[in-house]
Amino acid sequence: MQEQDVRMHVNGKQVSGKVETRTHLGDFLRQAAGLTGTHLGCEHGVCGACTVIVDGDAVRSCLMLAVQADNCEVITIEGIAQEDGSLHPLQEAFRNNHALQCGFCTAGMITSLYAFLTENPERNEEEIREAISGNICRCTGYQGIVLAAKEAASKMAKDRN
Amino acid sequence: MKASAFSYHKPISLEDALSLLESEEEVKILAGGQSLMPMLNMRFVQPEAVIDVNEIEELATISFNGNVEIGALTRQKTLGTHSIIKQHLPIMQEALKWVGHFQTQSRGTIGGSLCHLDPASELPMIALLYDAELEVASKSATRIIPMKEWALAYMMPSIAPEELLTKILIKPWSVPYGYGFQEFARRHGDFAIAAVGCLLKLQDGVISDIAISIGGVEDVPRRFIECEDVLRGSKYDIEEVKKQIIGPLDQINYIDDSLVTGSYRQKLLKGLLVRSIEQAASRANSL
Repeated sequence: MQEQDVRMHVNGKQVSGKVETRTHLGDFLRQAAGLTGTHLGCEHGVCGACTVIVDGDAVRSCLMLAVQADNCEVITIEGIAQEDGSLHPLQEAFRNNHALQCGFCTAGMITSLYAFLTENPERNEEEIREAISGNICRCTGYQGIVLAAKEAASKMAKDRN
Repeated sequence: MKASAFSYHKPISLEDALSLLESEEEVKILAGGQSLMPMLNMRFVQPEAVIDVNEIEELATISFNGNVEIGALTRQKTLGTHSIIKQHLPIMQEALKWVGHFQTQSRGTIGGSLCHLDPASELPMIALLYDAELEVASKSATRIIPMKEWALAYMMPSIAPEELLTKILIKPWSVPYGYGFQEFARRHGDFAIAAVGCLLKLQDGVISDIAISIGGVEDVPRRFIECEDVLRGSKYDIEEVKKQIIGPLDQINYIDDSLVTGSYRQKLLKGLLVRSIEQAASRANSL
């Protein structure tokens, strides 16, 4: 019972494997699925770097077991851009606004904002700051990140209407 | 760090979960995982077995029949938007704004918050305000525990190893009444340094009934009975309230640690208490 088969859809592709039940989703994505864009920072739910989207909800991948994501739809940072490689408005805006320095927090920032703004892109700066309050940027580059989020939000709102 | 090895069970019925709780040794129940998973990853806990209750659908319901009945597995995210909660327990939705972040509310559950029983946890404070009743089940029996008897000591709820919290029953106050919730933390979603919840009824300018709960300042969240007793029956005047609460505030045994001193917590609690009472009174007046 300490090992189990899991199977999930990650970025639209089927991924399966045998995992130890103690393996959290973040490690499974990095090691079994080879998707190293998801970064593990604190591994106790504080830093937000490992955020991925499971069945539409942003979650900490360090606070969910891989076996709990069995049969789930998972989106990681690798699944945010279009299949042809064209960037998502959030990624474009991060580039435009120099919203990453070392880049360690970026995957979690973008997946968090992706879930938050996809649900409703009409958000003001205060709401955006609150939404990423669970994501720590150790470079303290929040200004650029907030600018990028605002730019992406207005683009996403326009695209939706 | 990584969790130590454990055997993993995912029952799909309450009955199966309770049988497993009876038969397995050194068990931890995994609900939303927003407190247990960090403790597993840091090896603060190293259980032999983990029972994942996330597939037990009967534990994730909200209904109203005079009481609000909330299944223990109900996610914080669901509570934050549910129409029954909005109508009957609006203070819970106000408190939820302070609970973690939207990425943890998507998994975190009310049962998990109550069983983990962090001193700074908001949902136990709400359950305390309403004298909620908690239904816990084991294979052999189901019992009801009044919320005021739930916390035995620091992070230690009154629940046996073979028991599972299944339901939270809350009787809403009859309208009109006002409510206020105030908290201070170093950043949004962080653990509260101090938090206050308040329900208040005004009748001809007199505080006819009041409930206050406090979090973050002592080992467990609790009702602030000493303060309620001082204020109940007195004429509502915020300047008077500021004087009346001084005595009760002095009686609290404040957590005093390397990050936050007891005297700072006391100052904060005083300010938050005044604000929450003011907020509740203004809502009580406007209804």
